[in-house]
Amino acid sequence: MGKVVGLMGDEAVAQAVRQSNVDVIAAYPITPQTIIVERLSEYVANGELDAAFVPVESEHSALSCCVGASLTGARVFTASAANGIALMFEITFIASSMRCPIVMAIVNRAFSAPINIHCSHDDTVALRDASWVHLISESVQEAYDNTVQAFKIAEDPRVLLPTSISLDGFILSHCLERIEMLDDEVVSEFLPPRKAEYKLDPEKPITFGPLALYDYYFEFKRQQEEAMRNALTVVKEVAKKYEEISGRKYGTIKKFMTDDADVVLVCMGSAAGTARVVAKSLRKEGKKVGVLSVRLFRPFPTEDVRETLENAKAVAVIDRSSAPGCVGGPLFEDICTALYDLPERPLTYNIIAGLGGRDITPDQIKQMYNIGFKYIEKGKVEDKVLWIGVR
Amino acid sequence: MLKGWKEIPIGGMILEPGNSVNFKTGDWRAMKPVIDKSKCVKCLMCWTLCPEPAIIRHDDNSVDINYDFCKGCGICAKICPRKAITMVPEGGE
Repeated sequence: MGKVVGLMGDEAVAQAVRQSNVDVIAAYPITPQTIIVERLSEYVANGELDAAFVPVESEHSALSCCVGASLTGARVFTASAANGIALMFEITFIASSMRCPIVMAIVNRAFSAPINIHCSHDDTVALRDASWVHLISESVQEAYDNTVQAFKIAEDPRVLLPTSISLDGFILSHCLERIEMLDDEVVSEFLPPRKAEYKLDPEKPITFGPLALYDYYFEFKRQQEEAMRNALTVVKEVAKKYEEISGRKYGTIKKFMTDDADVVLVCMGSAAGTARVVAKSLRKEGKKVGVLSVRLFRPFPTEDVRETLENAKAVAVIDRSSAPGCVGGPLFEDICTALYDLPERPLTYNIIAGLGGRDITPDQIKQMYNIGFKYIEKGKVEDKVLWIGVR
Repeated sequence: MLKGWKEIPIGGMILEPGNSVNFKTGDWRAMKPVIDKSKCVKCLMCWTLCPEPAIIRHDDNSVDINYDFCKGCGICAKICPRKAITMVPEGGE
């Protein structure tokens, strides 16, 4: 029944992809995602994985190749980060609009400049409107589990949208962690070969990617919106099925001591673990704090978020990316939108933290909670957006 | 006539091969080719080179133009060795 291994985040993703029996991998290496691509090319070269590995010349080509491969009915994987995501940006919209269930690992890295190889969530949040399902990982185990689930979500006939799994660059991608891997056969059974209803087939020719102007473009966008709404259900269904084979529980969000919390901290990615440790210690001091970490960034689980936060007095949202000129970071805006219709809203404030791989420390988290208690005492938010950890 | 989002295949897919015959695509033409049959020698250069193809070839190798699909590109008029095809403004008659 599976095995316990020590793997880095990138290696865990590569193992999950190998077990998922992908048919085509097209990727271009970029730090900190490189190890995923290296491992997969090794698996293909030494016969552990029966797939076509296409060493393309750029990320734009990588995703273009994935689109073509996906349209033949193949199971397709790619991986990228930061500037690589920026270069493939055009194709990210084409992949979703042509309903290609490609799975991509995004190993979160800050956008240049200045050039930086460490973690910000810039790349994932840049794709928030690209009609992709976005799963976020808090640990190496979650990166592995999310990868296997991503194929099942993406390929569900009710969804048929590309799906990304994000993991924090270096913090997770290069961190050796104890993880539980499933047996190859168990994953194979969970993910039987893809059966595409529509595919490029000379025996049954159909047309992909024609022109649609003001007469039909609007309708195709509405279909994508429907697929996104369906994804909310499918993500939960797949999580349930995955729990049966793994014993590990997943949802759209993860709650920690939120039920009676006065101040809840909301975040995505590896910072959640730190936040939970701090929350636990603050609870011992009698402070009612909790953590809500977002696993499903798109489609955004508005209802689940609202139900979890409706009784909080203050909500702090960490964005590990800056959105200059916006009210706050992208996650903050989503959270505020989710809470807006409540008759009595919690106080909300945004924290920009951890940019370019800077540590989000327990002391910083404590500070974030304390700000919430101060705001509750004063009955109002003083600074809506705080940059914490910056000199 | 236009269908709603629930009634059409997803992602812009066209499931019926060769369905372009159901659509008349020649309606944006600005210039229209007109054949003077008295000059035509049935060489079929226009039929060979029409990119559409919108030149109709009859059994005796005489030709006509299918105005439902002709875009008015003028290749036929340009290539005709006997200058039997002239381009005239659409709707100008």
